[in-house]
Amino acid sequence: MLALAAVIALLPLALANNYFYDVAILVGLNAIVCIGLNLLIGYAGQISLGHAGFFALGAYGSAILTARYGWPPLAALAAATAGVALLAYLVGRPILRLRGHYLAMATLGLGVIISIVISNEDQYTGGPDGMSVPPLSLLGHALTGEKAWYWVVGALLLLAVWLALNLVESPGGRALRALHGSETAAEVVGIDSVRQKVMVFVLSAVFAAFAGGLTAHYSGFITPGRATFLHSIELVTMVVFGGMASTFGAVVGAAVLTTLPQLLAVLKDYEMVVFGAVMMLTLIFMPKGFVPTLAARFAPRERE
Amino acid sequence: MSPQLLQYLLSGLTVGAIYALVALGFSIIYNASNVINFAQGEFVMIGGMATVSLIAAGLPLPLAAVLAIAATTLVGLALEKFAVERVRGESVVTLIIITIGASILLRGLASLVWDKNLHALPAFSGERPIAVGGATIVPQSLWVVGVTLAVVVALWWFFNRTLHGKAMLATSHNRLAAQLVGISVRRVLLVSFGLSAALGALAGILIAPITFTAWDVGVMLGLKGFAAAILGGLGSGPGAVLGGLALGLLEALSAGYVSSAYKDVIAFGIMLAVLVLMPGGLLGRRSAERV
Repeated sequence: MLALAAVIALLPLALANNYFYDVAILVGLNAIVCIGLNLLIGYAGQISLGHAGFFALGAYGSAILTARYGWPPLAALAAATAGVALLAYLVGRPILRLRGHYLAMATLGLGVIISIVISNEDQYTGGPDGMSVPPLSLLGHALTGEKAWYWVVGALLLLAVWLALNLVESPGGRALRALHGSETAAEVVGIDSVRQKVMVFVLSAVFAAFAGGLTAHYSGFITPGRATFLHSIELVTMVVFGGMASTFGAVVGAAVLTTLPQLLAVLKDYEMVVFGAVMMLTLIFMPKGFVPTLAARFAPRERE
Repeated sequence: MSPQLLQYLLSGLTVGAIYALVALGFSIIYNASNVINFAQGEFVMIGGMATVSLIAAGLPLPLAAVLAIAATTLVGLALEKFAVERVRGESVVTLIIITIGASILLRGLASLVWDKNLHALPAFSGERPIAVGGATIVPQSLWVVGVTLAVVVALWWFFNRTLHGKAMLATSHNRLAAQLVGISVRRVLLVSFGLSAALGALAGILIAPITFTAWDVGVMLGLKGFAAAILGGLGSGPGAVLGGLALGLLEALSAGYVSSAYKDVIAFGIMLAVLVLMPGGLLGRRSAERV
């Protein structure tokens, strides 16, 4: 936690220009989504292939309320996040009874539905062309410029990490890990498994929607590309790449997979090939993910 | 039956047959390895694209199709040998991400080896539509449905009447027990990837004259095949066929009667409802968790 705070505080020394700040901010926003998603996938063992849908709903919800209805951005962001929480709760209750690949398909289906609706309701969302979003502001002061955003996102990222670490160590977090081990066994010792799963599902959706709303206000423009199945996959890949059930792993995964495409952009036509190959090779040689593999490498006797 | 309804049913059946072939591929690999192979859609793409370029090189269609299927099978075998086999026993999510990585890699390679344009195959036996009770059907649809039917019968025979097929089924029921009676589980895994790749390539070749093919057609066909396999009940052969046909018909009917922009929304929405009511799919096995 302190190390992460130090990295966030010292990173500006290495950030030469606004482009680097921009990448760092995107890393932070993606990391917030991944921390939430990691609670669901890594700790509770429930896969979701539809989180881009929640991300996009948060983004478009906040964008539409500010741009089309003139809401103050912070109120719009809060309302969009709350709306997504409600939706996740209503959908989560029935579908979280599904397991494994069936849950993967159900969340994927949900994501596809959200993505198609966003592309087609163009009188609200601007359709495939996307829509522009007013900047975030409080009492007439607009938050603009990469440097200001960097500190805001850095602080929010620390807050997200702190929340996640606390949750994992709480009785609720232990209940989640018990679920991961065996749902039946968890129920035998008195854990209401559906309630716990719905809770963490809603929480992860809230993280995604909140980061989605922030991303929309930050970049000032949003397209349906952020709602697609491929973006959901990207988010899950970040979590798995960094290492499941590791909050810092989620941050590392987000950092690597957000910067990698920026670096690979110089390869142009070869970008996809290299990206796919990196994804496969990392997981073939480090199937547990980046952070847990390194942790085991350098501290083999820390546990048991 | 109104001609309009008949028309929708016929086109739904054609698309559904393709979904069924892709879904069968998902189920075969799932049975052998518990892996959902997200590169399944890329097999469909490679089958179609390879046939297009072999024909462009002057080969007759049947030879081009056979070579394309063989090439795709090799890709499937390589995927198993060099990626999936190395991480056996790791968590399911890790395996899923590896197959997703493979699908991105294959898509990227396809855009380099071929191009990013749409391609069409010539129809196998002419384009002249056949009139059926007021509706029309292109001959290619008959090919699609006929070949799918033949494949289903052949697979049924393979899994129920041959030793290799029975060995694969035995492995899907209990891997350890299968190994104890002398079945090479590694070979079953390898064969399952080869077989699924061949089925995917076949689907890609059959549909290419109707819907065109391109480097990125695998994404949506893979998703639909996965949806069909889940809808029918993962790992069940008849379920995959039923799920594929159901999904194809649902799509065609909602595109015809409601809105073509929202056909996928309706299809996926109904699929969600089915899963909530029947958490194991239409023909899935009910299983209890072992503690």
